[in-house]
Amino acid sequence: MSEMVRTIPIELTVNGRRRALEVAAHHTLLEVLRDDLELTGTKECCLVGECGACTVSLDGRIVDSCLVLAVEADGAAVLTVEGLAGGGRLTPLQQAFLDKGAAQCGFCIPGQLMSALALLQATPAPTREAVEEAIAGNLCRCGGYEQIIDAILAAAEADER
Amino acid sequence: MHTFAYARPTTLAEAVAILDEHGPGARLLAGGTDLLIRLRDGTARPVLVVDLKRIAELRPAIREEDGRLVISAGTVMTDIAADDTVRRFFGALAEAASVVGSVQIRNRATLAGNVCNASPAADTAPALLVYDAVVVTEGLSGIRRIRVDDFFVRPGVTTLGRAEIVVAIELPMPARKMGAVHVRRTRRRGHDLASATLCCGVDAGGVTRLAYGSVGPRPVLAVDESGVLGDPAAPDAAKAPIFERMFADASPSPRSMRASPDYRLAMLRVLGTRALRTAIDRLAQA
Repeated sequence: MSEMVRTIPIELTVNGRRRALEVAAHHTLLEVLRDDLELTGTKECCLVGECGACTVSLDGRIVDSCLVLAVEADGAAVLTVEGLAGGGRLTPLQQAFLDKGAAQCGFCIPGQLMSALALLQATPAPTREAVEEAIAGNLCRCGGYEQIIDAILAAAEADER
Repeated sequence: MHTFAYARPTTLAEAVAILDEHGPGARLLAGGTDLLIRLRDGTARPVLVVDLKRIAELRPAIREEDGRLVISAGTVMTDIAADDTVRRFFGALAEAASVVGSVQIRNRATLAGNVCNASPAADTAPALLVYDAVVVTEGLSGIRRIRVDDFFVRPGVTTLGRAEIVVAIELPMPARKMGAVHVRRTRRRGHDLASATLCCGVDAGGVTRLAYGSVGPRPVLAVDESGVLGDPAAPDAAKAPIFERMFADASPSPRSMRASPDYRLAMLRVLGTRALRTAIDRLAQA
């Protein structure tokens, strides 16, 4: 098709900052975050909604951003891994990931953090089984699940104290 | 991904008019968890994608109305799995919704989309068949109510007409107490498609409804009205032939990669036996 790709104006809030963009209809939220907004913490991997490397929070709910068109996010509030730490300080959840050695190659960690955060916001004191279910949509090819689960539970416990 | 135009109607009438104008060149977008994959791999090549999420009539809602539970087309799996009324009266549907994909998928995927996608492995389909769900559609010739058993045809094909949109899934509130359960077999625990997915419901009148998927081109419903299957005191010798007849329509494809036909058929009976037992127990507790 030689026809020029028409763009659509959208406005969204990303990590608390209002952004106005022109996006192509066939561009995903993942592509716009990474390529247009240069927020490359969110990873591109399987592109079929199985691995969870592209997990972001959309209006308070985690989604695979590879399965969301950017235009669908018009008017929404998006939180990516870049929006977690503030003022040069890691969140307790991020610190727990470091303390427990949860990151090996690190590629899945942005997605794991977003899923873990969603879990802890809904269930501040989860069981180990609940943690496993919460990150079932986030694959770790290093196989670091035990440390990741330990980190999430440690962050929950630290928050209890 | 190839290019396409995007429309975001705000009323149902507008959406129907767009579908009527563009015909098969237009594809409806609800949660997108299936469509986005197909847009990317090129198995769907629409000229126009019609996003249904801003249509007022389809907004996420679960409400009781005239003896039915109405689940609007925009309602996602997460909300169905967590809804008190669904859990109380349609527990097996809540169970099925809670195992679809992952948290990320359930936050996006709609029940209506699952039904329209007509995958033989759709986890919610057996529960919808057991509860005798009705698919409510709206199109150029008005509203239609289609029993879900008359809706599925084969993978990706339903009896939905041209320029017709699913607006809700309705579940008749049970007239009699029912015990029901959803079970499935997957290759791995967690995020996977089912090699066999099954729902069994036994009601206080002795009727047993068994529905299963991922073992043929469409999900299947089998009903035993003799009262034998649902009777905990009936001898196994009486149950066995009836139980076997319930699986007569299972015909798994040898081409599927997830499991062989023999394995699926064997697991179907294992799942069926377990589910029947659980359904009877739940009815006794209800």
